[in-house]
Amino acid sequence: MKFERYGIGIAKGMALTFKHLFRAPITVQYPEEKLVVSRRIRGNELVWFLDRCTGCATCAKACPQGNIQIVTHVGNENNYVVDKFEIDTGRCMFCGLCVEACPYDALAMGRSYERAQHRRRQLILSKEELQLSDARQPSGYARPKIEATLPKQNLLVYWDRDEGGQKLRWLSLSKKRGRGV
Amino acid sequence: MTLLEQFQLWLGGIWPGWAAYIVPGIVGIVIVLAFVVITVIIFIWYERRLLGRFQIRLGPNRLGPEGIFQPIATALKILLKEDIVPAKGDKVIHWLAPVIVFVPVLMVFAVVPFGERAILADLNVGILYVVAISSVSAVGIYMAGWASNNKYALIAALRAVAQMVSYELPVVLAILGVVLMAGSMSMTQIVASQNLPFIIFQPLGFIIFFLGTVAEMNRSPFDLLEADSEIVAGYHIEYSGMKFAMFYLGEYGHALAYACIISTLFLGGWQGPFLPPIIWLLIKVVAVFSVIVWMRATLPRLRVDQLMAFAWKGLLPMAIINLFVIAAEVLWLPEITPWVIVAMNFVFAGVLIVLWSKLFTLGGGRVEV
Amino acid sequence: MAIITEPFILNVGPQHPSTHGVFRMRVTLDGEVVVDLEPVIGYLHRGIEKLGETRTYTQIIPLTDRLDYVASMTNNFAYVLAVEKLAGIEIPERAEYLRIIMAESMRISSHLMAVGFFLNDLGAMMTPVLYMWREREKLLDLYEMVCGQRLTYNYMRIGGVSHDVPEEFMPAMKKWVAEMPRFIDEYDQLLAQNEILLARSKGVCILPRDTAINIAASGPVLRASGVKWDLRKVDPYSIYDRFDFDVPVGTVGDNYDRYWVRMQEARQSVRILEQAIAQFPEGEVCAEVPHLLRPPVGEAYGHIEAPKGELGFYLVSDNSIAPYRFHIRPPTLINLTALKDMVIGWKVADLIITFGSIDVCLGEIDR
Repeated sequence: MKFERYGIGIAKGMALTFKHLFRAPITVQYPEEKLVVSRRIRGNELVWFLDRCTGCATCAKACPQGNIQIVTHVGNENNYVVDKFEIDTGRCMFCGLCVEACPYDALAMGRSYERAQHRRRQLILSKEELQLSDARQPSGYARPKIEATLPKQNLLVYWDRDEGGQKLRWLSLSKKRGRGV
Repeated sequence: MTLLEQFQLWLGGIWPGWAAYIVPGIVGIVIVLAFVVITVIIFIWYERRLLGRFQIRLGPNRLGPEGIFQPIATALKILLKEDIVPAKGDKVIHWLAPVIVFVPVLMVFAVVPFGERAILADLNVGILYVVAISSVSAVGIYMAGWASNNKYALIAALRAVAQMVSYELPVVLAILGVVLMAGSMSMTQIVASQNLPFIIFQPLGFIIFFLGTVAEMNRSPFDLLEADSEIVAGYHIEYSGMKFAMFYLGEYGHALAYACIISTLFLGGWQGPFLPPIIWLLIKVVAVFSVIVWMRATLPRLRVDQLMAFAWKGLLPMAIINLFVIAAEVLWLPEITPWVIVAMNFVFAGVLIVLWSKLFTLGGGRVEV
Repeated sequence: MAIITEPFILNVGPQHPSTHGVFRMRVTLDGEVVVDLEPVIGYLHRGIEKLGETRTYTQIIPLTDRLDYVASMTNNFAYVLAVEKLAGIEIPERAEYLRIIMAESMRISSHLMAVGFFLNDLGAMMTPVLYMWREREKLLDLYEMVCGQRLTYNYMRIGGVSHDVPEEFMPAMKKWVAEMPRFIDEYDQLLAQNEILLARSKGVCILPRDTAINIAASGPVLRASGVKWDLRKVDPYSIYDRFDFDVPVGTVGDNYDRYWVRMQEARQSVRILEQAIAQFPEGEVCAEVPHLLRPPVGEAYGHIEAPKGELGFYLVSDNSIAPYRFHIRPPTLINLTALKDMVIGWKVADLIITFGSIDVCLGEIDR
């Protein structure tokens, strides 16, 4: 006579849920706590280095959608002078093929993911807006030299550990919690 | 002599007859309604936070310290929404349905004893009144589903009628077991006769009553009426604005009402050492509500024919046998020490549950299990 | 006076919390029993096959990410296998192992999501989903470390993979793989013997073995019906013949078997991952392939065992930089043709969870 299905499955499930009451939540309180992103993140922007660009337009040919618009004229020292370099980040899918294609390391992905604007035409970035600045930092995607200078990423796999990760912390709830922060 | 009647007597010495009769009644009603509304709002906050902790996340914590203003923000948002009535729906029934769902919930609190003499109306058929009033909500849900002119709502409404009608019977039979042991239907008598809480004497009755009331409240695992993954919010799919607020508050009001009834019938009501009685009642109500939220967080829901099978083939025979056993004990063994009865009842409960688990077949004959 | 009943048509429309995307079904119901079902697809059609004809072979890789967006790297994997077959390219060892590691961990992630949302459709209020997503979140962090994105990876290239893994990847991956069996046991504790899950899914909506073979089903849907057919064993691609793993097969083909096969496959993927990490070699990660590849004239069909079934890419080349014809064989579209046979005679609630147990992803159905 087997004793089964008298509610033991439900009881085991509820015991597991009860055990989770005593685990610290893994929520990151976004605007106050921000995680350190990967060194190779393909963020929602691009960074263009004016001094290294030769106007070869390899990036424009590599783009699957044709987001990059380059207009050049022939300069004095047998080079191209870039008049217009525009990227439509509204249509861009941030695949990174342009960054991988550039032979002179003149284009890099950005690190920021908070580049929402109110109007679509504000997403079309011109030559001046694309350059390196304090607000527009390059990421290390396909650029190992930049990658070596960036801080390491916060990983959830390491946070979920016994020292500080899973202990009972009922009362110190909301504000300063988060993965490795 | 409840507190209310004492107030009326004292006021009768000062004021004319009719005023002395009505004014304390109004004062009592206002106090009870304020208690209900405030506790429902706290329960909304408590459920969302507790559900979040079960799911290893934080609940709402932005508005106010630890999010206690969240239900007020929810209520304000719902009040400010536009009230949409479906064009081809029946307008009168559409307007009337939330009222019929919400008002019986408030009426149940008239017979909940909050203290030794603190009860709004000491009816000597208190529990019968509760059973009668709470069945009216089923009609309201059916009206809501019909008047929406929406096939999803109609499916939900028909499921509602089936579910609420079929779970009335086991609930009533479990209540009868308590009434037999207490000797009276009045709520104050039931609390007074619990030297040991009735949950120890009638474990099977408690389980049947608990599952039956969870089904009556349409909460998981029996929430097919508002199954948001199947029929997309069920019977209140076409409601917005204040009418939706009535359904929403009505759901938590139901939970509060049934938690109060469970605490009164099975857990000893307001009795307990050191703390004042209202605090003990609140502790028991919050404990029962936590178990209900715990079940909601864990369990998937039943299908409608499995629900009906569970009621008619599972809970109802067990409730009838439970009633016979309790009646036999009350009739033939009234003077024996309580612990013998407790042991006998636990053994009966265990045997019945194991026997009924044999009936629980899976696969419908198509699969070898 | 007799009661007259008649069936009515319910539109489980494109906007529904449980149709896993924009999918519409016109269901004819008699009470609660399903009498007829007519699926309507095409709400997410983006013309990927046509777009592929005007893009070079490398530019199509980000497009394939968007097919099955739950397990994106497996789409990339199948596509680059097809191109390598077409052009006859050999890839280095380290790249092969990296591809296997990514594909198998992606399989675990996709199955966790499928099982989690199957339970969400059943009514467990997002709790199993959140428990399973905690593990998936750890994995997404690792993918972000390697290729920079969490959903559309664009990681595989023709001739290998695009980036080598940084040095902190392997210890973190080893830790994740080591903890995974314990978490799968926890999910089994939550679910495998749950009476309500058993009652809702055992014996419900059975897909018989012959029907499954006749409609060309593949993946867990086929294996749950009792057919032992896994492309990694039958037609090994990449280096799967070096690993030791089992193929779980169900018995009956009901919803419970589909759920059970997925959980067992996750355990087997953990075994493959442990072996791959142990055998991980040094070397390059991408072969020397011309920037604009011009394969010889011909056709190739590259297929893999994706988490949802057999995902295949059919390429016809006419020696130019873009394919002449680019066709995708979506596993879930072909599995979905069985939905009507499975569901007729059952109730509305069963319809929703059966649809969840097939584990569709509208991105690859509509392409």
